[in-house]
Amino acid sequence: MLLIHCPYCEDTLPELEFTYAGEAHIARPADPSTLSDEEWRDFLFIRTNARGPHYERWRHVGCGRFFNALRDTVSDRFLMTYKAGLPRPPLTNEAAE
Amino acid sequence: MTHFSGFSLLKQALNGHKGWRAQWPDSQPKAEYDVVIVGAGGHGLGAAYYLAKEHGITNVAVIDKGWLGGGNTGRNTTIIRSNYLYDESAKLYDHALDLWDNLSQELNYNVMYSKRGVMMLAHNTHDVQSFQRHVNSNRLNGVDNRWLTREEAKAFCPPLNISPDARYPVVGAALQMRAGTARHDAVAWGYARAAAARGVDIIQNCAVNAIRRGPDGAVIGVDTAKGFIRARKVAVSAAGNTSVVMDSAGLRMPLESFPLQALVSEPVKPIFPCVVMSNTVHAYISQSDKGELVIGSGTDQYTSYSQRGGLPLIEHTVAAICEVFPIFTRMRMLRKWGGIVDVTPDRSAILGKTPVKGLYVNCGWGTGGFKATPGAAHLLAYTVARDEPHPLNAPFTLERFTTGRLIDEAAAAAVAH
Repeated sequence: MLLIHCPYCEDTLPELEFTYAGEAHIARPADPSTLSDEEWRDFLFIRTNARGPHYERWRHVGCGRFFNALRDTVSDRFLMTYKAGLPRPPLTNEAAE
Repeated sequence: MTHFSGFSLLKQALNGHKGWRAQWPDSQPKAEYDVVIVGAGGHGLGAAYYLAKEHGITNVAVIDKGWLGGGNTGRNTTIIRSNYLYDESAKLYDHALDLWDNLSQELNYNVMYSKRGVMMLAHNTHDVQSFQRHVNSNRLNGVDNRWLTREEAKAFCPPLNISPDARYPVVGAALQMRAGTARHDAVAWGYARAAAARGVDIIQNCAVNAIRRGPDGAVIGVDTAKGFIRARKVAVSAAGNTSVVMDSAGLRMPLESFPLQALVSEPVKPIFPCVVMSNTVHAYISQSDKGELVIGSGTDQYTSYSQRGGLPLIEHTVAAICEVFPIFTRMRMLRKWGGIVDVTPDRSAILGKTPVKGLYVNCGWGTGGFKATPGAAHLLAYTVARDEPHPLNAPFTLERFTTGRLIDEAAAAAVAH
């Protein structure tokens, strides 16, 4: 069972209280009508699918809010969670290990 | 290669079984191959076999970072069926089913393909309408599938509780009789043995770190833990790790890797004659020849390479089985495992050429790759040998995510993802 820290509730809670919401920091196109088919493909379908540290979105069902997390997809260990809207934090040495 | 037969078994029995030899050599890489296949699961080994047998290409290596058949080939629930909704999928999986039919004879290796039938339970009006649509669509495509009343379902699978008072009443079922199970390890071993006998090198415990491309962009080989191996063509069939391997060739894939868990009970005497799936309650179950109940459901919600998965999903799966089959509530579970499945946005496989010359890919089988093993292998070999897709896998391109011509196959797992 994953234990996940909600940055709004400031509490570490079991996975059952959370919903995974896919890769984080995928910006919606600013001007959709100008996008080529390849750009639409990249936006809609192409994912990093990182083996290792992965930036991803989660939703805490308890408070109903989305937040971002950095999780190692090999160990499933959460390296950090942070509020939605904050810039992508850099990979620290510890996180990259 | 020793030919297996009743006579060879008898001869060995009289000799105290001391004459059995290794079925394939543990090969070391040569400097150069015509084709290198990344991933020694059933799909990759099978592709090597068909390349050698049907296309006369025997200078082939199958390379794996672990042991052969140690990935998803050894981490599934061995269910085989072809009752997919859309024309493209139905034809693709039925092609695999046709090959399953004669696979033991073809490989001279018993893969224990058992046509015990796969029954999908309908619990409500929506299920009935959806499954009847599947049955009708399948029959139009020449794919075996039929509708059973509740009583007929009970007759086919006696442990089923069809009481209207059940928590999830059974109101009917769709049955594919050609469907069933096979012995997963034997599939990998049978293909490995038959491929090695035709000159294919199987190189285990040798991770492929990168695909190397030449100045013109075409593939020139692979960098591995045992050094650079030159190759005219490279086919990637690496399931959950496909996007990592493809990344090294500069191709980003429309794939996400999720853990798919399954579990088995302690072995018991034969009690369960077929495979039963329930989409609505969300689990499926069969009984192996050893007597274990084999149980699974959907993937974990988060991407992962851990080959483990979380306990909440196991709890959910077992709870669903207990709802549908209360007789199993006191069964003890023996072990559970997780495989990493590569899932595409439309839940259909990608099998064909790539924008990189000499690079081919077979991936995106998601939660349903085992059943496709002979078909995927056969079509991958065809595509690699001729540098063009077979009509059956032509719709399953990588380009469909650019053109929008998706094959939106919700039936891919039979249980919701």
